[in-house]
Amino acid sequence: MTAVATAVSQVLNETVLIVPGMHCAGCMAKVERGLAQVPGVVGARVNLSARQVRVTHYPAVTIPELTGALEALGFASQPRLGETQAAPSAVKPLLAPLAVAGFASMNVMLMSVSIWSGAEGATRELFHWISALIGVPATAYAGRPFFRSAWSALRKGRTNMDVPISIGITLATALSLYETVTGGRTAWFDGTLMLLLFLLAGRALDAAMRDRARAGVEALLHQAASGTMVVTVDGTLNWVAAPDLVSGMCMRVAAGERLAADGEIVSGKTALDQSLLTGESAPVPAQVGTAVHAGTLNLDAPIDVCVTATGRDTSLAEIARLMEAAGQSRSAYVRIADRASRYYAPAVHTLALASFLGWMLAGASFYQSIVIAIAVLIITCPCAIGLAVPVAQVVACGALMRKGIMVKDGSALERLARIDRAVIDKTGSLTLGQPTPDATALAALSPEQAAVALGLASYSRHPLSRALSRALAEADVQAAVLEDASEQPGRGVHARWNGRIVALRRPDVAGAVAVALDMEGEPVRLITFVDRLRPDAVQALAHLKSQGIASSILSGDNAAAVAQIARATGLTGQSSASPRDKTEAIARLQGAGHHVLMIGDGLNDGPALAAADASIAPGTASDVGRQAADIVFLGDSLMALPCAVDTARRTMQVVRQNFLLAIGYNVLAVPLAILGYVTPLIAAVAMATSSILVIANSLRLVRAAR
Amino acid sequence: MTSLAILVPIALVMGLCSLGTFFWALRGGQFEDLDGAANRILFDDEAP
Repeated sequence: MTAVATAVSQVLNETVLIVPGMHCAGCMAKVERGLAQVPGVVGARVNLSARQVRVTHYPAVTIPELTGALEALGFASQPRLGETQAAPSAVKPLLAPLAVAGFASMNVMLMSVSIWSGAEGATRELFHWISALIGVPATAYAGRPFFRSAWSALRKGRTNMDVPISIGITLATALSLYETVTGGRTAWFDGTLMLLLFLLAGRALDAAMRDRARAGVEALLHQAASGTMVVTVDGTLNWVAAPDLVSGMCMRVAAGERLAADGEIVSGKTALDQSLLTGESAPVPAQVGTAVHAGTLNLDAPIDVCVTATGRDTSLAEIARLMEAAGQSRSAYVRIADRASRYYAPAVHTLALASFLGWMLAGASFYQSIVIAIAVLIITCPCAIGLAVPVAQVVACGALMRKGIMVKDGSALERLARIDRAVIDKTGSLTLGQPTPDATALAALSPEQAAVALGLASYSRHPLSRALSRALAEADVQAAVLEDASEQPGRGVHARWNGRIVALRRPDVAGAVAVALDMEGEPVRLITFVDRLRPDAVQALAHLKSQGIASSILSGDNAAAVAQIARATGLTGQSSASPRDKTEAIARLQGAGHHVLMIGDGLNDGPALAAADASIAPGTASDVGRQAADIVFLGDSLMALPCAVDTARRTMQVVRQNFLLAIGYNVLAVPLAILGYVTPLIAAVAMATSSILVIANSLRLVRAAR
Repeated sequence: MTSLAILVPIALVMGLCSLGTFFWALRGGQFEDLDGAANRILFDDEAP
């Protein structure tokens, strides 16, 4: 089976498609079987965790054929950009050391229990030798993640949590080996291995959380136009992937599609939605000669665009550069575990050294003193501290994920807990970012007019028509039966109804976002569209305020549109802000001593999202927005904001309690160790109990995200 | 003492076996898609 697959793979291509809509066994079966039926496809295998499907096919099969087949099944999909290999997982390299540490610690513990219960003489020596045989190689293998990290920190002249761990483990293993060889009474193999097991479990949990969140976010990413139809010299249309576009190509962009590259319109006349780029909500008219930017949504009619710049040269590059500069301040944030270890590691080493010197001065032998110093090191090894942060954060992130809030990494929760100021973008963040028909305009329509409007709107793929038909269908309007319906790009839908000519077209007056319903023999009805506030936005903002977080609006949209939303929410706002203005506004607030939370979705928010202390983006945000944000929430409700802040604060509370528990155990056990009363048995029991306490305390966060 | 000479090796060999099985599963990619594996058993007919 495997041999056949490798032999055939020479002539086969592999494509990875991202299918965000898959979430159950039924979807998996549909996608796999549907793709397998496409001629030329050899096989398809779904990875549900990553929401991806890996398709093996002959080179003749093109990507649009595959996405088309999936669309026919009702699944939106995008080819994955870049490498087809899955991104390196953070948890995988830790699984093997974890398994080895688990195996070794269990077997060595078996030996140790016999020794503690009184095995003597030859039996004890035999058990020590078996323990050493298992323990030394296992420690060398399972300890590598810590040794490596400690070494790289020491080489840069710094210290981190892994330095005391590595020193403690190495010294304890060396001492135990010495005891074994000389036939001594105590060996610490069980303690070091258990320590490794707990610490690796903490690391693996931390990594698993990051993997999960990244898989979820990655499924949302790459949804932008990753290719476009290109008109070739002989007039035929070809699909070209975005990275393969070069200057001079002519893209044909249908209404409702996003531009894949910067360019200049060479034919056609349309209106463009640049809200993703600028935050400006009103459509911008464009005609031959207008320069257009990647990420812009074409609203009205098909246009031909001559590509002037691609990839790195696009106007997006400026935003990317701003983001890179902005992200540097955040990477300076030091995680709480590392901050704790800055004080912890020197204290522990001083204590061990002091007890060694103290016993030497008190007249103990060199051997006795070193045994006590190592006992101090083992007992203070930050076992529970290693679990204190990751376990709490993993449990909290799991609770948030069930609420549809995806946290990209643990430090995001730490930063979010310190927030005292929120800055919110308008279009797409505070509002839904999609125009919806004004309720009063809809209510003013007679039942007949509503039925005709729905009938006409259903013939068009224009964003406004689709929004109108969705709103009317929700109001239980039955579509009127129309004849001779036809859509003319840029001019709307025309049809005949009961012998009268009816049309849904662009209004005669420019300015507002609206459509005109034109029925022969009746005055023209204007249906205006507004960008609605998210449901419970006002409630969510009030909640944030009660948490001590003041909010304000920071938008790239015009002053009138911002003022309207500001009135509705009772916030102050800044309008017409460029991406640079936004980062500067955040820097000013940070300069005034605030910890700023940025909520935004558009490309123009990217730098601000990267600059803020913590950032949240809705799931509908642009690629850049989702990538720059720490937290992505699904669904329409803004209640995700107070929920995330609340959970983050409670998580930090639990983390602090965990630290107290872990340090409290040290305070009790360290005097025993310094006085020389600690045996391997006491060390093992103390270590296990403190770890279990910390885990149990963290599990209280399971229902943190109410 | 004689029982130990038999039981200890047995315990170790059994432990090593399970460790080996875990490594085999890890190499074979069985930990790549945990959600998918959980759902695959719900497929009605034989998997493609």
